Amino acid sequence: MKNNKTFKYTILVGLFVPMALFILGAYNGVMQTLYRAGVLHEDSFAGINYYQGLTMHGVINAIILTTFFAVIFGHVTMGHYLKKQPPKWSYLGSIILMVFGSLLDVVLMVMGRAQALYTFYAPLKNSPFFYLGTSLLIVGSWVAFFGWIVMYREWRRENPDKKMPIAVLGTFVNFTMWFVASLPVAYESLVILLPWSAGWTSDINVPLTRMLFWMFGHPLVYFWLLPAYIAFYTVLPKVAGGKLYSGNAARLAFLLFLILSTPVGVHHQFSEPVLGQDTKLWVTVLTFGVSIPSFMTAFTVGASLEYAGRKNGAKSLLGWMARLPWFLSKNYLFGYFICGLLLFIFGGLSGIVNASYSLNQMVHNTGWVPGHFHMTVAGPVLLVILGMSIYMYSKVAGKPIKMLSVVTIVPYIWMVGVALLSHGLMAGGLMGEPRRTNLGLSYTDPSSEMFNTHWVPTTTVTMVGGILMGVAALLYFIAFFGTALSKQTEPSEIVLPEAEELHEEKRIGILHNMKPWIAVSVLLTLITYVPSLINVFTYSTPVENKFEATSPVNEIKNLPDKDETTIMPLENEKDN
Amino acid sequence: MNKYEIRVIVLSSTILGVFFFALLFNVFSRKIDVPTCIPYNASFQKSEVRKVDEDYYEVYVTARMWNFDPGEIIVPRGSTVDFYLTSADVVHGFNIERKGVNLMAVPGAVNKTTVKFDEYGEYRIVCHEYCGVGHQNMMGRVLVTNSAL
Ligand code: HEM
Ligand SMILES: [Cu+2]
Ligand SMILES: [Cu+2]
Repeated sequence: MKNNKTFKYTILVGLFVPMALFILGAYNGVMQTLYRAGVLHEDSFAGINYYQGLTMHGVINAIILTTFFAVIFGHVTMGHYLKKQPPKWSYLGSIILMVFGSLLDVVLMVMGRAQALYTFYAPLKNSPFFYLGTSLLIVGSWVAFFGWIVMYREWRRENPDKKMPIAVLGTFVNFTMWFVASLPVAYESLVILLPWSAGWTSDINVPLTRMLFWMFGHPLVYFWLLPAYIAFYTVLPKVAGGKLYSGNAARLAFLLFLILSTPVGVHHQFSEPVLGQDTKLWVTVLTFGVSIPSFMTAFTVGASLEYAGRKNGAKSLLGWMARLPWFLSKNYLFGYFICGLLLFIFGGLSGIVNASYSLNQMVHNTGWVPGHFHMTVAGPVLLVILGMSIYMYSKVAGKPIKMLSVVTIVPYIWMVGVALLSHGLMAGGLMGEPRRTNLGLSYTDPSSEMFNTHWVPTTTVTMVGGILMGVAALLYFIAFFGTALSKQTEPSEIVLPEAEELHEEKRIGILHNMKPWIAVSVLLTLITYVPSLINVFTYSTPVENKFEATSPVNEIKNLPDKDETTIMPLENEKDN
Repeated sequence: MNKYEIRVIVLSSTILGVFFFALLFNVFSRKIDVPTCIPYNASFQKSEVRKVDEDYYEVYVTARMWNFDPGEIIVPRGSTVDFYLTSADVVHGFNIERKGVNLMAVPGAVNKTTVKFDEYGEYRIVCHEYCGVGHQNMMGRVLVTNSAL
């Protein structure tokens, strides 16, 4: 590959910017656990109020950091496997849009002009520029994807007989899903919310915005997860000292995600009016289906690790576990992967509870839910982001990692922290502890009449976990920025550890062609969402509501006759 | 397929089977189901506890920033209650502790579920969706009295 400074510089910027923002995201995470445990009985601390901080936490950690990583890891994957570079318009255009959009969002959140949380549920409103900033970030990630398509076509012409590498397939599956899924949210943000927030329109169909959001929201969680899966299949076996157990299983898993990720968004809406029980049950079944590629991944990765352990000399049934490179700084990436996988066992099982129709009634919107997803997005997803970010930065910048032993133990501290945090949140959730709530002002304040003693122990465990995660994050930041700001001493290169496949497997045609899978995906999405849309329009009515989080006064002045219709039923009631 | 693959398939299907059984058990034996749909009109925006029958009540709740209206719902032990829930402003949550009643209050839509109160006592209703700066103070109550029906 010809040496291109701009491309490498783009990669470094794309790793540095989100990691710097993540300092703010992680800080707010730790603060939330203090408020919730009732250590802080304040509405704000150091100029940031609870919900403003929670908005930053969600937007920075779950949208900005994850999207940047998917794009940059994609650039490095494409560069490494295809030995090419994407066209300049794509990587430059993409990074400019993404950085600009993210900074716009961050400035608005810091100013308090966007504090409706990362799900921006209407009729709470944000500044119109927030919807614009988020859209620019998403469009920026598409532009990178378009560049890879051009690059892949070229590679295909030059290498007509080669198999599409697994990591490349995974990346394409991920971005195809992402592209399709971000259309509804782009429509929601740009066509419905932005004009409404700016005051150009006044009617808003709230259930419709929620359905569109979750059409995107579930694929979003797989968009976070798939880069980690790509790393588990193609990097981890190498780092553990073994080989990938089955390449065909890896390909099939990715393609199953492609068809099953988009149609399941309704499983976030089991408690909602407007969507029918039949749709909800159907989506439960589909979601059970999407757990299959995750089970496959667990077992394929497990088998690859067992192979690695036996190659290192293990004999007994479980002895291979001991022969893996735990705490070995030469293989520091291993810790990030394995800690993520261990958390993901519990993240996955608690996720099936959420997906299970009526079981969801016990946990929806309680602490259980953040308890669950910190074992997924703050588990394998974040640990792969941290591990691979410092790896890629060090290789592409040509700067050896500083404080390697600290970098090696960070994932273990983080894992213990997440386990405690999630345990506390989930236990509290089963006793009704609500999520997205500044508990310290009421439920965990002994002087409040709303005080609830049951939630004191659970929020305290959560806080201990949160502080441990904060310590791990701090150590990581010191090492990451120490490395990034040091002097270049080695040649710079775009590389990844690359695992070989254990068996030479038969080539199965359908696993090498994405088109039929895309068709099935569209079909399943229609089967689910056409009835849902019909439900929305049958059962709901648009309203003229618009609210700032700080005030219960409707910003849209109701027309006189409008006022009457809302007051009348109350008067009838008095007559009775 | 080798024997490990078969074991893996059996194991995964068993796990999913257990969850499927649990969700059906919740619906049929514990009577906890997801809410149903009814078409919305503005007359649902009211506050009313209506006695339909000796042991049957209809309760209309409007959630608004930052309280439930009615904030206190009193019913005798053994009553079955249909809850109709909507919102006058933004989205709110409605979670009755220990009863598995978990609803979203969405403006422009009405949510409905049915629940039976067999045991005497106080059940807190917590708003569990972020609804603005007063969200953490938004709580209601169901009081189940011991009076005979
Ligand atoms: C520094 C360590 C972290 C701590 C202590 C922490 C703590 C928390 C807590 C306590 C909540 C619940 C707040 C509430 O519902 O009231 C929360 C929510 C959340 N966290 Fe974290 N977290 C951390 C890291 C992360 C990471 C790395 C991610 C993702 C990459 C993440 C993503 C989220 C998301 C998406 C929410 C939901 C926000 C919402 O409900 O709007 N967190 N976090
Ligand atoms: Cu989902
Ligand atoms: Cu609320």
